[in-house]
Amino acid sequence: MIPVGFDYARPDSLDAAVALLAERGDEATIMAGGHSLLPVMKLRLAAPELIVDIGRLRELNYVKVDGDEVAIGAGTRHHDLEVSDVLAAEVPLLPAVARTVGDPQVRHRGTIGGSLAHGDPASDLPAAVLALDGTIVLRSPRGQRSVPATEFWTGVFTTAKEPDELIVEIRVPRTGSAGWAYEKFTRRANDWAIVAVAVVDGRVGLVNMGSTPLRASATEAALAEGKSIAEAAALAAEGTEPPTDTAGTPEYRKNLARVLTRRALETAAGR
Amino acid sequence: MTGVKVEITVNGRSTTDEVEPRLLLAHYLRENVGLKATNIGCDTTSCGACTVLLDGESVKSCTVLAVQADQLAVTTMEGLAGESGDSLDHPVTAAFRQEHGLQCGFCTPGMVMAVAGLIAENPDLDERAVREGLEGNLCRCTGYHNIVRAALVAAGKDPDAAQAAEAESDAARTAPGFSAGSSEGAGA
Repeated sequence: MIPVGFDYARPDSLDAAVALLAERGDEATIMAGGHSLLPVMKLRLAAPELIVDIGRLRELNYVKVDGDEVAIGAGTRHHDLEVSDVLAAEVPLLPAVARTVGDPQVRHRGTIGGSLAHGDPASDLPAAVLALDGTIVLRSPRGQRSVPATEFWTGVFTTAKEPDELIVEIRVPRTGSAGWAYEKFTRRANDWAIVAVAVVDGRVGLVNMGSTPLRASATEAALAEGKSIAEAAALAAEGTEPPTDTAGTPEYRKNLARVLTRRALETAAGR
Repeated sequence: MTGVKVEITVNGRSTTDEVEPRLLLAHYLRENVGLKATNIGCDTTSCGACTVLLDGESVKSCTVLAVQADQLAVTTMEGLAGESGDSLDHPVTAAFRQEHGLQCGFCTPGMVMAVAGLIAENPDLDERAVREGLEGNLCRCTGYHNIVRAALVAAGKDPDAAQAAEAESDAARTAPGFSAGSSEGAGA
């Protein structure tokens, strides 16, 4: 499968990438690892006129502690998240989630910023960042702004990011020793989650339970009121409208969400 | 759409060409450079037949543009040949031969390069690490058993001992009374 032809630019700095995107915003698309973008371009579901390749900008690849938060450069690859000592100590949920993305080859290319910008509700990292109450930092020639993860995804493959903006950083709280778990249900190795549940510090993120990554708000409220794990987990599918596909019906997914949430909460409680 | 000049070091040799930005690395290697070991199987980042090393790390070359590899180093299975010029001299290919880690052979170049990348990242592999590390490589002959053994041999492990250890560990993780089998009985 061959993508539709396009022009290609590989600016040598973030500033140059921002300027180029401002100039050609509507017809340009940012590519980092290209592991969400290239497959849809090969299927000709996307046909940008210009690819702005930021995959080699070292200034976007970092993980560092910054006050109460950990700041992660948008160009940090899944593999980098997996092996990050900073994340292992400060936000252990993220390396565990990154390890379940695709396969080693995919994790050598795909980036956290790319995954968040792509906005696939079946992706692992968006729900994890949502469960972490993270923030997405966007830059354009108009400046920089921060969007809470709770407001970032607006629909399937749709985000609050404007065409002239690019994700430069993801900020998540240092959760340290707070309990966490990631329960991902697939039928085969390497598949997308049929449903997955990320739990950290009493917050619950749901993968593939609607058009965007979701928080299991009813479960979180029940936990805050001191309800048992079983009682709280029973509410995990409240208010969700999960998709139907060959992997399962909405009812099946709702049941999975309840079961996986219970397992994740139990694991998190034991950590 | 303008052509872009790329310079890619392939198996230690500098290559250069003017390419369309949409040219996939897999096609660059096969058509422009003429190295045919790298196979294109699914063309959807699933099967891993097109796996090569990009600056030493395994990637699926059907999902990398040639322009993304500009100024970088690519290793294909041909590049495993040492001074003898025989790629079967490499520890990974030699292990695949010894353990008969292939049936039809189509997935083999990708399997070999994935194993080479895996060992470069983690020389101390056990069976579980091999199986998880090869989750992005499919063998439609389903010949995984010997492929996993070949990877263990390439990593300097005794495949019988490694598989016995995994069977024991697997049995401990599964429900009591469930038999995970043993290496002695399996496949006899």
